[in-house]
Amino acid sequence: MKWEPVIGIEVHVELDTASKMFCGCRVSFGDPPNTNVCPVCLALPGSLPVPNREAIERIIRLGLALNCGINPGSVFHRKNYYYADLPKNYQISQFDIPVCVDGWLDVESDRKAFRVGIERVHMEEDTGKSVHVGEGGRIHTAAETLVDFNRAGTPLVEIVSRPDLTSAADARVYAQQLRAVVAETGVSDARMERGSLRFDANVSIRPEGSETLGVKVEVKNMNSFRSLEKAISAEIERQTARRLAGERVVMETRHWDETGGITRGMRTKEGSSDYRYFTEPDLAPMIFDDSWVEAARSTLPELPGPRRERYQRMGLSPASARVLASSDPDLRRLFQDAVAAGAAPVQAAHWITGEITASLRRREASPKDVPLRGRHLAQLTQMVGEERISAGAAREVLEGVITGEGSPSQVARARNLEQISDRVALEGAVEEVLDAHPQAVERYRSGEKKVRGFLVGQVMKVTSGRADPRAVNQILTARLEG
Amino acid sequence: MPSPLLSVVAAGAALRAGETTSVELLASVLSRAEMTESELHCYLNLDREGAMEAARRADEQMARGEERGPLHGIPVAVKDNMCTRGLETTCSSQILAGYHPPYDATAVTRLRQAGAVIVGKTNLDEFAMGSSTENSAYGPTRNPWDTERVPGGSSGGSAAAVATGSAMAALGSDTGGSIRQPAALCGVVGMKPTYGLVSRYGLVAFASSLDQIGPLTRTVADGALVLQAVAGHDPADATSYAGPVPDFSAGLQRGVDGLRVGVVKELDGDGYQAEVSSATDDMLGRLASSGAEVEEVSLPLFDVALSAYYLIAPAECSANLARFDGMRYGLSIKKATAAATMAATRVEGFGPEVIRRILLGTYALSAGYFDAFYGQAQKVRSLLQEEFRNAYQQVDVLVSPTSPTTAFRLGERTQDPLSMYRSDICTIPSNLSGHPAISVPIGLDSKGLPIGFQVMAPALGERVMLTVAAEVERIAGFCALPPPALAPPTEVPL
Repeated sequence: MKWEPVIGIEVHVELDTASKMFCGCRVSFGDPPNTNVCPVCLALPGSLPVPNREAIERIIRLGLALNCGINPGSVFHRKNYYYADLPKNYQISQFDIPVCVDGWLDVESDRKAFRVGIERVHMEEDTGKSVHVGEGGRIHTAAETLVDFNRAGTPLVEIVSRPDLTSAADARVYAQQLRAVVAETGVSDARMERGSLRFDANVSIRPEGSETLGVKVEVKNMNSFRSLEKAISAEIERQTARRLAGERVVMETRHWDETGGITRGMRTKEGSSDYRYFTEPDLAPMIFDDSWVEAARSTLPELPGPRRERYQRMGLSPASARVLASSDPDLRRLFQDAVAAGAAPVQAAHWITGEITASLRRREASPKDVPLRGRHLAQLTQMVGEERISAGAAREVLEGVITGEGSPSQVARARNLEQISDRVALEGAVEEVLDAHPQAVERYRSGEKKVRGFLVGQVMKVTSGRADPRAVNQILTARLEG
Repeated sequence: MPSPLLSVVAAGAALRAGETTSVELLASVLSRAEMTESELHCYLNLDREGAMEAARRADEQMARGEERGPLHGIPVAVKDNMCTRGLETTCSSQILAGYHPPYDATAVTRLRQAGAVIVGKTNLDEFAMGSSTENSAYGPTRNPWDTERVPGGSSGGSAAAVATGSAMAALGSDTGGSIRQPAALCGVVGMKPTYGLVSRYGLVAFASSLDQIGPLTRTVADGALVLQAVAGHDPADATSYAGPVPDFSAGLQRGVDGLRVGVVKELDGDGYQAEVSSATDDMLGRLASSGAEVEEVSLPLFDVALSAYYLIAPAECSANLARFDGMRYGLSIKKATAAATMAATRVEGFGPEVIRRILLGTYALSAGYFDAFYGQAQKVRSLLQEEFRNAYQQVDVLVSPTSPTTAFRLGERTQDPLSMYRSDICTIPSNLSGHPAISVPIGLDSKGLPIGFQVMAPALGERVMLTVAAEVERIAGFCALPPPALAPPTEVPL
């Protein structure tokens, strides 16, 4: 029997609002421990939460970007569990009435396009951060654990997908494209290295073709796309091996061990987590009127999916459209400016996703840091099109523009890169080569036609590679055959 | 020296007339405390120095003509479940022994802004869970009318302090009757305002959807003044009422002519002390004589309100008290792991009643039991609110005894939690509905113990409630009586 995986992804997104979800403390990263704290986020006796309006506006924006419906009213719940970095020993979260429900994200990879259902997007608060001091930095070997509450109370959005994914690779692409939407809507800096996005995966397997879902295992602790993909692969392998060996899969939560490359059980009893959710009595239900939601909708930027379609309508290939649509906003602006200045969209995209991206990466620069403008790119593509410079020379011209030597025509002139297609000049160069190599001419005329290649090469050499090879061929053929 | 049994109104008038000073008023109250504390134990922490400094400042301000209103210079006590900056706040629990909050509760801030002098922190049932103040980890408070009896609870310290004159007014908190029931048992006025009218910020939460801060005073007019000082919107409490606050003192003399007074049928009969019932009936007759239209109103769900309350309040408390884990503040019994530290701290730090309620609440919220317990209780609560709304279509206020009995003996109910819980049978419905209610003393039973009369009103109906309460007070003429169990104060006030 063949087994197929069924995967759902939960993504936690930290919002980078100015203040925390339920108090006025600053949301920050990297400040000294326990400096952005107050009675509320430390859960001192008597303190009360007050919701952050900006965070609510952002989750609505994100929900709309994910094609979700916005519940007309939404309620906070308390999720009860004891942990040292959870100051109240309950997390203010949402349960049966989240802010956003029933959306989707259209995902496109090299191999295929697919739609992933979004079950819900809800608002909650982050916990503090436990730092295990001692050998290995792991909880079971730690001499002591220190807690930094700076992160406690940071607005956290959880995006729960439907179990629509069928491979680890698809899960990775989904997560990447979801990240692009998060970044695009501006609700979070979406910086992976800061843990702004964290992933949990629900993985089960079932006999191929079956309609029923298998026993679900939740895999936690992935904070990069790579580890998400690897963890899911490892879990699918583990479950498949068990089933093939005739063992059953147990419903549980497992941790991804990055170094070991395996998922590890957490020694919790089956079905033991009971969070005793109940309505948060310190917060009134939220009511969202239509005008508020529509105002949020009107501030939505163009998103990667629709943008991809627009690029394709401009003539770009699906692959090129996909790459450009999810690239740096400044690169996309460069594209639009170049097209506006007359560049052919296909050419502009070709340069941007290829040479320009590579060049910026080499110098670890962002598009904003270099003087390359849309009109420059338009001029460059025009010069190539008119064969004023060769493709090779164009790369050099581009480097010159990027390093601030001026416009493409200025760089080409200054660096002497303009193609020589002037017939008189080329005929002179051909004459010079023929005079210098009489034996080669002789061999050609006696039927050794491949010698022409050598002679073309010599012409390119005396013109420092600037000769238009096609014109050289024509002139040379005419001279040798004539 | 002025009498410590002056009303806030009278003391304020004397202050403004230059006949006394805040320092003198405080000295009077403190000397009363010196005399009574060893026996009554109203206070967990008398802040003599801090209070004296505040009193001096109040006098200086007054001398400069900076008048801050009716509470300026008045010595007021605060229940020890409200945070006071730098002043130990324990909630009568071992788990918060030595805890000094870094901030003032909003109600405390407002008292200070009004010029009030905070005398100290009063005793309570641990985390406000109880009806006798016997659940204090630091020993019970005794009733000034009979020191063998409880003062009620959980604001027993505040009620006894006001009754005996070791404070001129006090703040309490009321989750199921914790202001009104001790007020009734100690012969003072106790008011639970509409939910949301007074900010809960800084009130250590017991049951968030029920908790409300309110005044304990010797007169209805004093209660109106204290409420005025602490009421109003607070951006730090998301459940705080954002509308305008009326003048609570206006209309106190209006009388009850033409007002419709509904007597709650369910709050009488079995379990009610005969003298309490007859005193209530007597008051109803006299209200009718004053022009009120008295009629009987039935609210059948009052019979199950107690059960709903004992699911909702413990459920909320089980989460609210989860933060006391020995990790950040208060008691911490260090063990090898965080989980073991939390468990040991909580077992050691909480008293038996608190643990009982946490267990009850945890159970009521657990998977498989939620619908039958917490879910069902919430339904009862909604229906009860509807029943109240319907009743208030017919009448302006509802009335009943505040407590089915007068003060009981220490230890009498400690072995039987259910009989203790039933002490709050008359007061709990107003917490579940979020409506205001007040207890006014109307007389003494044959043992010389005070009887309280409760007036309930619809949401934000404090003014009509206070009008009726003032008339009840006038008719009863009770407030001129000093508590007899201890040596009488230097002079009889009013």
